Amino acid sequence: MSVLLNKNTRVICQGFTGKQGTFHSEQMLAYGTTFVGGVTPTKGGQTHLDKPVFNTVRDAVNEEGAEATVIFVPPRFAAAAIIEAADAGLGLIVCITEGIPVLDMLKVKEKLKDSDAVLIGPNCPGIITPDEAKIGIMPAHIHKPGRVGVISRSGTLTYEAVDQLTRTGLGQSTCIGMGGDPIHGMDFIDALKLFEADEQTEGVVMIGEIGGSDEEYAAEFIKKHISKPVTAFIAGATAPSGKRMGHAGAIISGGKGTAEAKYEALEEAGVAIEHNPTLLGQRMLAMLG
Amino acid sequence: MNIHEYQAKEILKSFAVSVPKGCLALTADVAVKAAQSLGGSLWVVKAQIHAGGRGKVGGVRVCKSLDEVKAAANALLGSVLVTKQTGAAGKEVGKVYIEEGLDIASEFYLSLLVDRESECVSFVMSPAGGMDIEEVAAKQPEKIATFPIRDINTCDTAKMAAFLGLDGDVVTQFDGLVRQLYQMFMNSDAAMLELNPLVLTGAGNLVALDAKFVADDNALYRQEAIVAMRDLSEEDPREIEAAQFGLNYIQLDGNIGCMVNGAGLAMATMDMIHMKGEEPANFLDVGGGVTVPAVTEAFKLLFSDKHVKAVLVNIFGGIVRCDIIAQGLLEAIKTHPMNVPVVMRLVGTNEEAGQKLVKDAGLDVHWADDLDEAASIAVKVIK
Repeated sequence: MSVLLNKNTRVICQGFTGKQGTFHSEQMLAYGTTFVGGVTPTKGGQTHLDKPVFNTVRDAVNEEGAEATVIFVPPRFAAAAIIEAADAGLGLIVCITEGIPVLDMLKVKEKLKDSDAVLIGPNCPGIITPDEAKIGIMPAHIHKPGRVGVISRSGTLTYEAVDQLTRTGLGQSTCIGMGGDPIHGMDFIDALKLFEADEQTEGVVMIGEIGGSDEEYAAEFIKKHISKPVTAFIAGATAPSGKRMGHAGAIISGGKGTAEAKYEALEEAGVAIEHNPTLLGQRMLAMLG
Repeated sequence: MNIHEYQAKEILKSFAVSVPKGCLALTADVAVKAAQSLGGSLWVVKAQIHAGGRGKVGGVRVCKSLDEVKAAANALLGSVLVTKQTGAAGKEVGKVYIEEGLDIASEFYLSLLVDRESECVSFVMSPAGGMDIEEVAAKQPEKIATFPIRDINTCDTAKMAAFLGLDGDVVTQFDGLVRQLYQMFMNSDAAMLELNPLVLTGAGNLVALDAKFVADDNALYRQEAIVAMRDLSEEDPREIEAAQFGLNYIQLDGNIGCMVNGAGLAMATMDMIHMKGEEPANFLDVGGGVTVPAVTEAFKLLFSDKHVKAVLVNIFGGIVRCDIIAQGLLEAIKTHPMNVPVVMRLVGTNEEAGQKLVKDAGLDVHWADDLDEAASIAVKVIK
């Protein structure tokens, strides 16, 4: 088993015919994802990468039974694209787009309250279930089917952990990049719930960052509800206060959101905290045997 | 993006929020003329820099005569203010803002921000205005309250006013103020708007005595008027240069220059350097859609920084191709010789091609297989 995504999930791409959409759709197809087409307004009726293009997400649902989408549209149109996907009834929405205005994301979140859709991102690498399907931009070849779930706020740092899990032979059940924005969809708790319930997942690697309180809330949740071993790294222990470290969400302000506080909360919850990100794989191996 | 206090007050005024009368001055003579035109017998001369904490280091001066205004402006203009938000280097004062002095009855703290927890715009308020709000939060947390705004039309401003201890006619005035500030926040794509203090004058008027406004960088494309307020002289020149090439660069205080792909991995690289006993000279995320000219520029930035004693390249190529990074290095050294040790961890997409390019060029770089090893070598070579 895996979470959210498997080889039968019918995936489309919004922003299909653009440069990024084209490149990554090709990669997703090559990986074996059940990729059924894409959406580019005004280009409906054409074909692209031998797949149908639709004007709207609803058309893609009606014609191809689309269940999930990956969004590559430019930031100024991305919020509307997410809302369109939710309105069309898609269950899984992965938004790769970086740079969406935060007030737009507030509107998206308000809208999603009345919807069953799961949003991953924005500003994220996406989700992959190794050897089954990927929705996103991660380098597929470093992944290997296996025992560990990965949930992360960072893109390349996730690859780092995945690579270690592959080398130690543990492999991954599903890897989820939740993204680096302050207002985002799926969070640690949502993913931990899924991993706890998933038979294939035996342990979880969590990668956090400075800023916000997602890790602290995750710690509370782990203490009460998670029986599987969890190891965690928090990036930004040395980042100065008040400076935004690349991600819009990665900023220590008003003394809140420090790596120290997050490590403390996680350790208190029984998580195996790891200050050296190159040791996450080994740490998980030691716990799972 | 930050703007100056005087600019934030221009925006406040356009949303009908009361601010003190004031004029900008670049010289002491203009400051005196400004004070004369404002009239009265009490003025405040305020250094305009993009950092808070000015009051504590003499950046805000109350003057009781035109001579004092002149002396204050002379002292501030051209001086360097070091506050807890400027970093050790401080900020040079290029402009002062002269304001009429007000008869202050009481002071409050009021700010608006995007609250990550409630996922909506929220007001943060305190009756302990004019003080360092972080200190209030630490020592008297009961004096700070957060009011999430789900719908401005139904928000309970009377409750907020009561928390601040306002009563009588001023409660109606406060209701108007809350709505004006919310409008300004939404219409201007603010990330933060802070009035510290908001004051109640002896005559019973609510006035924004100080104002700080931060715009959401992601929304600048639709905020032309705010973009026009950008003051590049307040920003780090190296950070500006990097931004022109789509690089995410932040100057720091250490000696090991870093080049990394991805914000999380870049922070983790900084953390590893610290763990090994040194400090990073910068945060640099080359991003995902990186090109040879951008990488070239990144290397030039690192090689031209006199604080950099070694460069650590940490690339885990996904979308980023290792050969692009290598080509950027070869391009950069044409004009900027590699006069410090370079440690390279170049893995992922096209790693063989990238490593080969560097090796074929005969460059003397230290190769590392993983981040731990790369950080160890970088720390060792600068000793």
